[in-house]
Amino acid sequence: MTRNPQNGLLGRIDGDVAGILLLAALLVVVLPLGLDIFRLNMVGKYLTYAFVALGLVLCWGSAGILSLGQGIFFGIGGYCMAMFLKLEASSPEATKIQSTPGIPDFMDWNQLTALPWFWEPFHSLTFSIVAVVAVPALLAFIVGLAMFKRRVGGVYFAIITQAFAAILTILIVGQQGYTGGINGITDLRTLKGWDIRTDEAKLVLYFVNAALLIGCILLCLYVRRSKLGRILVALRDKEDRVRFSGYDVANFKIFVFCFAAALSAVGGAMFTLQVGFMSPSFVGIVPSIEMVIYCAVGGRLSLLGAVYGTLLVNWAKTMLSESFPELWLFAMGALFIGVVMVFPNGLAGLYQQYIAPRLRRPTVGRTTIPAAAPIIPPHTAAD
Amino acid sequence: MANNTDYLLAVEGLTVSFDGFKAVNDLSFYVDSNEIHVIIGPNGAGKTTVLDLICGRTKASGGSIKFRNKELTAMKEHQIVTAGVGRKFQNPSIYDDLTVFENLEISYPRGRSVFGALAFKRDAAVRERVAEIAEMIFLSDHLDQRAEYLSHGQKQWLEIGMLLIQDPELLMLDEPVAGMSVNERKKTAELLNRIIQNRSVLVIEHDMKFVEDIAHRVTVLHQGKILSEGSMERVKNDPKVVEVYLGH
Repeated sequence: MTRNPQNGLLGRIDGDVAGILLLAALLVVVLPLGLDIFRLNMVGKYLTYAFVALGLVLCWGSAGILSLGQGIFFGIGGYCMAMFLKLEASSPEATKIQSTPGIPDFMDWNQLTALPWFWEPFHSLTFSIVAVVAVPALLAFIVGLAMFKRRVGGVYFAIITQAFAAILTILIVGQQGYTGGINGITDLRTLKGWDIRTDEAKLVLYFVNAALLIGCILLCLYVRRSKLGRILVALRDKEDRVRFSGYDVANFKIFVFCFAAALSAVGGAMFTLQVGFMSPSFVGIVPSIEMVIYCAVGGRLSLLGAVYGTLLVNWAKTMLSESFPELWLFAMGALFIGVVMVFPNGLAGLYQQYIAPRLRRPTVGRTTIPAAAPIIPPHTAAD
Repeated sequence: MANNTDYLLAVEGLTVSFDGFKAVNDLSFYVDSNEIHVIIGPNGAGKTTVLDLICGRTKASGGSIKFRNKELTAMKEHQIVTAGVGRKFQNPSIYDDLTVFENLEISYPRGRSVFGALAFKRDAAVRERVAEIAEMIFLSDHLDQRAEYLSHGQKQWLEIGMLLIQDPELLMLDEPVAGMSVNERKKTAELLNRIIQNRSVLVIEHDMKFVEDIAHRVTVLHQGKILSEGSMERVKNDPKVVEVYLGH
């Protein structure tokens, strides 16, 4: 929820928890009842991007650190999961027609004769799950350490994250034998013997994904409500002052960047499981910017807004692409311009400004807020 | 070389140059425990730069700054704060998007590491201390208000409050009464007189009446160098000072 200190602690807790329950009801009850499995799986795919958007709400919305490279972490999380699934799908029996049986098919096509060392640990599911979160977080830590300790920030940081996204894409595409190249890692079949391609599996994975998302929202809520959350807001506005309040600002930025990276990676892993492949087209600059747009449309200051924004933009993308494939990119560009110029706090901002005051009117006596007062002064969002 | 001293703050041979321009040139001065030391001087004399150097915002080109015999020039900003030096900026530097309570709470010296901040609990000790400081800075009735909506004078007080809650041994104030109404000015002088108990204060100020009211010792800076130093009485009658500054 958008910061609203005037609302008092009680009002905020009520609002946030009610909002999360509403979202949970939508995800767990309404959508599964209302959609067939094909569409539901699609919503599940959209929701994996919502993890990235949540990370951006903390990193960009709260702390003011705009990363245009969240696709990196989404991708690495997805690749870690895909590597495990690919190894399971590449048993010697299943690949006996290859010249080297027991290694993933694309390695065989690229004349590799043994499994590369960094693939070995991905035989273990436990290792893979840990790696999904740990590898992106470690990378974010290194990037964050190098940037934030030198006080690189703002636009420069955004550009550097873009450069990293480009580098990683080039690396993945170029090292075809090790990564599957431009096609990515495809033809994933089972998870510990459980076929993930069946409708039943897709339904289960959808619910796992929804539960993880709600869990992550609660985790983000905890972080935002802690003093650390308030320090992030403080350093967005007056970084210097935070230093002179006795905090090592760089550490806080590194933390939130790593946290956002880990969230994105969880989304990436769930993407691989539900969609059945992972490729560099989810890593580079364009998908990274798209992810920022999801967050911006929903409202970069609002956790729930970002989730709805992600769902809405992706739904629009699917609808539009099905009817007018060539129009989508233009529509997305227009959407971004529209958000920045007309409603900089996204859907959540519009909700706070126009709908929330109406909802609150009957309880005004209890909360003592003038119901008509705009919660966020319009100018605060523009900067 | 600066040797160990009994002074709380010993600045010796401090020099900083920006592209060859020496904003502060071979400056030495000392601040005693429980002393109110005021730095005055015409615009561009390097007053604010001196505070920037002490609090670590600007790196010195040469010389030493010792606080309780600890060299500050090699330390980072937050380490200097932890060592016991607090700084108030010229323009009120507060967190607009947070409430007055949250502004003060962030400055409360506990949970300053990342995980400390995550685990930080708003317990009775924090609430009491915030209430106590809020009372002192005349903002008890504004605790739940966004800091953005305070008046200029209230913002200045809030920043002073944020320093007080840190409980620094050396408090540095950059023009604490600038832009205040007469009434606010009076209240601020009162406030400062109350908070200087048990600590040293280094103040930059233009308001001569105010300086006379509070200063134990005055240093006059001119073009990055000390022009005169001593009691207000002495400094006021120093012909050099009269010429460059007070005479205008």
